[in-house]
Amino acid sequence: MSLVDALFDQVDRALEPHPQARLCHVRVRIGELAGVEPELFRTAFEGLRQERRYPGAALELVWQEALWRCLLCQTTVDHGDFLQCPACGGAAQLCQGDGIYLDHLELEVPDV
Amino acid sequence: MCDVCGCGDPARTKLVQVDVGASLLSKNDRDALVLRQRFRELGITALNLMGSPGSGKTALLEATARALGGQRLSAVSGDLATTHDADRLTRAGLTSAPITTGTACHLDAAMVGRALQDHPLLGESMGHSDYFFIENVGNLVCPAIYDLGQQANVVALAVTEGVDKPLKYPVMFKNADLVVLTKTDLLPYLPDISVAAILDNLARVMPKPRMIQLAATRDQGLQEWLAWLQEQRDQVLAVGPAKPTAELLRRASRGLRPVAKGIG
Repeated sequence: MSLVDALFDQVDRALEPHPQARLCHVRVRIGELAGVEPELFRTAFEGLRQERRYPGAALELVWQEALWRCLLCQTTVDHGDFLQCPACGGAAQLCQGDGIYLDHLELEVPDV
Repeated sequence: MCDVCGCGDPARTKLVQVDVGASLLSKNDRDALVLRQRFRELGITALNLMGSPGSGKTALLEATARALGGQRLSAVSGDLATTHDADRLTRAGLTSAPITTGTACHLDAAMVGRALQDHPLLGESMGHSDYFFIENVGNLVCPAIYDLGQQANVVALAVTEGVDKPLKYPVMFKNADLVVLTKTDLLPYLPDISVAAILDNLARVMPKPRMIQLAATRDQGLQEWLAWLQEQRDQVLAVGPAKPTAELLRRASRGLRPVAKGIG
């Protein structure tokens, strides 16, 4: 719930230059290792959007898989394997999939 | 219909696309940055202790206080409904305060900052403590998401929790700097629990797996834990206290607590 609150706080800020805008669409990217369950996030979004004055907003969730790469040679480490490079033995580093981001908004604004 | 001048024409609108690309944790990250800088100024070693309910987090801190004399330790304890853990730590000799979270299953940086403001004894003790333990709410998911300004993350994992917790909760163990395997005195009664299997699973989710084993209530195996604490302490001492940043000086000039005393 606190993450959805944070989402709407960011939407509020993004809409400041567009005071007459209606929020149509929100795209959020959730990493596999972000610790966020997408369906719970969606439920919280639908529960809060009316209260946060965005009743018509649709939510699109984009799932981002975790990607581990060797720090030394950039070889990818497969899911479930030891976090050590299969080619050179170097330590693996998480390159993507551990965050949650507000990526994009679509607004409807008066065309004057 | 037009709702601007009442002319009755169909309303003309257009769609505007806005790329944002902002982390939903950015506010917490900013709060954590302020805490981290303040910890550095105080020269205190801040550690975020996480783990399941009943994994032995409080018992570990009680044993730590027994071993270190309890005079140089401060703590906050996150709990949904009670102050039991903070009370135990106070009795053990730490300067501690509770953070009662209600329905929230984790601590965030703002909660920690508020606790340090709301409990003057705790804020005061920070100036002469070596360690500040943030005992998080018992939970293996959400606490791992929120930066609290800590120097390192410690995860307590009890032998009674089974061997596959690292695989089931990779987010927690991915972020751990140290796993403390607790209640190891029970291992003789748990024939299906293999420490080697736990280590194997950790190596699949934790980039630099490091685990120590102890039985806190029996004060068994504490030496390795105390040595790890000293390593963390040495890192802080090697760098020395940081000078206040412009941001913190600005906050101080707005009437917040002095930067050299407590948090706020």
